[in-house]
Amino acid sequence: MPAQVPAGTGGEALLAVHDLCLERGGRELFRDLCFEVLPGSLLQVEGANGAGKTSLLRILAGLSRYGFTGRVERRAPLLYIGHLPAVKALLTPRENLAWHVAGEAVHSNDEIERALAKVGLYGYEDVSSHALSAGQHRRVNLARLYLSHSPLWLLDEPFTAIDKGGVAELENLLVEQVQRGGAVVLTSHQQLRVACQVQALSLTEGLVA
Amino acid sequence: MKEQAAAPGTLGFCLALLRRQLTLAARRPIEIGNPLLFFMMVVALFPLGLGPSPEKLAGFAPGILWIIALLSNLLTSDTVFRSDFEDGSLEQLLLAPQPLFLSVLAYIAAHWLITGLLLALVSPVFALMINLPAVAIGTLVASLLLGTAVLSLVGGIGAALTVGLKRGGMLISLLILPFYMPVLIFGSAAVQNAVLGVPPGPYLAIIAAMLCLAVALAPLAIAAGLRISVDA
Repeated sequence: MPAQVPAGTGGEALLAVHDLCLERGGRELFRDLCFEVLPGSLLQVEGANGAGKTSLLRILAGLSRYGFTGRVERRAPLLYIGHLPAVKALLTPRENLAWHVAGEAVHSNDEIERALAKVGLYGYEDVSSHALSAGQHRRVNLARLYLSHSPLWLLDEPFTAIDKGGVAELENLLVEQVQRGGAVVLTSHQQLRVACQVQALSLTEGLVA
Repeated sequence: MKEQAAAPGTLGFCLALLRRQLTLAARRPIEIGNPLLFFMMVVALFPLGLGPSPEKLAGFAPGILWIIALLSNLLTSDTVFRSDFEDGSLEQLLLAPQPLFLSVLAYIAAHWLITGLLLALVSPVFALMINLPAVAIGTLVASLLLGTAVLSLVGGIGAALTVGLKRGGMLISLLILPFYMPVLIFGSAAVQNAVLGVPPGPYLAIIAAMLCLAVALAPLAIAAGLRISVDA
């Protein structure tokens, strides 16, 4: 079932997927998936548990390199946020961001403080992450979005363990990213309340609406 | 689009990683202390097992010290990537724009600094405990400095391949022990020769050559191993 995402705001696609097929445990998760992620687009991947959302995102990010057929072209630097927070409990939030293993950019202390304040961790910059809750670990990880200059974001369930206010903040951030010409691909079971067009990729039907 | 901030250069990134790893180690001093404690305990066992005769111990000392150094390295090599794998940092490292085979060198360097280097520096104390002749102590330290670096690099390959497994401990030993053997042979031979008064230079040179080979090839193998482990 080939599917095409309609053109967004124009410009060259940040990510192009050609004829992607994935089988896991003898079950076909998706077949002949074709789409492009254009600058200024927000793509929500939907599907039931086990539909292959996380697998798809890992393939898009380049973490899964075997076990599927098809081609993924990545034309821009990307930021991937997965299920695991990648936050070291032995480091403070500031150190976690300053020495982050994703190696995106060198961030100044000011930038890091501002990003942490944005995710509601003002005052926690130099507290050992041991003392933070699971939700706060996720927030430290999400602070990377405020620091990021990558045009393409791949977010796997970014709203997990985030409170209501945090979700609204995050939705605004996604809109900002889209408005400045970036693109977001995310998986979520929640209905997004954003002031921009959301494209949906439904894995159960293999169609893009 | 915001102004593009350049990704940090490879060297800067590696130094940041090294600093991160060393800070992590410093906040868990027990991890640094464990190999040293192991070394001390096993050295203390040998006089009990072999009998306290100083002459007898002196004869075995080079081999004993090298075997214990090797085992305490093996004991810790499993942990190099494990915590990063468990909390998702490893995924992020794989996606970093910097070449992976260079960034893993930072992990290995940190591992060597907190195991091999420390072990080599305190080894003279343990050498005296089992009566290694004083003339050989310089050679012992030099051979351990070079040799443990090879062990850390080779151990890193095993760690990268087994990081995805819940109980990789035994498998990693099976995988990397054969590659530890040449280092053990030449390392203890260097010390043995120093005891006998023969110049140990050639043996040290061979270990240094192994180190060159390991530095050149191990990072590639570690990077490939990590990609496979994260993919699975």
